[in-house]
Amino acid sequence: MSNVKTQEQTTGEIAKDCDCKDSSRREFFAKVGMGSLIVAAAGTGLFSYEYFSPNVLFESAPIIKAGKPDQFPAGTVTLDAQSGIYLINGPKGFYALGAICTHLGCLTAWKPELDLIACPCHGSRFNRDGVKVAGPAPQPLPWLKVWLAEDGNLMVDRSSPLKEPEYVKV
Amino acid sequence: MATTVKEEFDRIRNTEVWRTIFRSGSGSSNLHRSQAVQQNIFLHLFSVKVRSRALDFSPTWYLGALTLSTFFILIATGILLMFYYHPSVPQAYADMKDLQFVVASGVFLRNLHRWSAHAMVFLVFAHMFKVFYRGAYRPPRQFNWVVGVFLLLITLLLSYTGYLLPWDQLAFWAVTVGSNIAKAVPLMGKQIRFLMLGGNEVNANALLRFYVLHCVILPLAAILLVGVHFWRIRKDGGLYVPEKKKL
Repeated sequence: MSNVKTQEQTTGEIAKDCDCKDSSRREFFAKVGMGSLIVAAAGTGLFSYEYFSPNVLFESAPIIKAGKPDQFPAGTVTLDAQSGIYLINGPKGFYALGAICTHLGCLTAWKPELDLIACPCHGSRFNRDGVKVAGPAPQPLPWLKVWLAEDGNLMVDRSSPLKEPEYVKV
Repeated sequence: MATTVKEEFDRIRNTEVWRTIFRSGSGSSNLHRSQAVQQNIFLHLFSVKVRSRALDFSPTWYLGALTLSTFFILIATGILLMFYYHPSVPQAYADMKDLQFVVASGVFLRNLHRWSAHAMVFLVFAHMFKVFYRGAYRPPRQFNWVVGVFLLLITLLLSYTGYLLPWDQLAFWAVTVGSNIAKAVPLMGKQIRFLMLGGNEVNANALLRFYVLHCVILPLAAILLVGVHFWRIRKDGGLYVPEKKKL
């Protein structure tokens, strides 16, 4: 009997130990309730984000088959509007540029009479190396990796822009 | 002895059926008249009495009421357009063309929807300028101004999401540009664009998302906030009508 402490003694000791104000039962349950609401709200936010982010996309693959090298005569810039790339047969070899304007994502077009790549949306212009020569575009057009596949087709990887220019000799 | 129209109307207003719907019944006392407003779910948002000057043209140019009118036209024509429009690629474009050339009155309804949308954006701005330059946003109406700012944003989002639905070149590139602007948000720009479009490019998912936003989520949000907006006019003491200057 002497070992059993009353409720009053226990709460008194805790208050002494932690030197803080003891909360009442009502405050404790209010905090538990508020805390579980916050957890539920955060969970709902997370589940909503997951739900609205599609896990499977029916978009075109990043690696595309551009075609045989002889389809691209020397000195030409060829736009593939479907995949949004330029394949260029330059003096140093084949290379590819992304055709999506770095300003706000419009599809650019090759203007042979100007020897420039031009964006119809806000007037950005690039030369055939992707360097911006006019307009609001903040970045040059990205250089994309090109290689010759075993079947003789030129392949382009749109997912990984190159840091340094690379050319493919055929 | 033939009864006059007014007598006949009073008789109808005293029938049991009428009284179950409109509890205030007939009578023209101030009490009856105020009850007729208070006991109607739509009218109770508004004041029972307003100063006659508040009904004049000059304090408001009726811009808020005109905005509401365009919104009603947009709801009515929008619902009708939904009967022929499939939010899928490339059917959406064909449906839009069908509305123009095949569906009876389709071109009228589509154009009415489009012109009302343009008018609504214009009227919302005009309404806000009018409120701002009259100083009607000041206390005690500052909260209603904030509600109005959110209504402006909803109006612009409705306009933007509706712009994609014809699925023509203009729509496609406008949304490409718009979603790339959203990408410029610091830190989470890419995620915002991905959620907006339901993918990395403007495609079937984007069309469906914009359709749901345009036809369900944004109109519901607008209706809710319009309700608050009108109710607050009463709660904030009616329209802002300064005393007429003595000449």
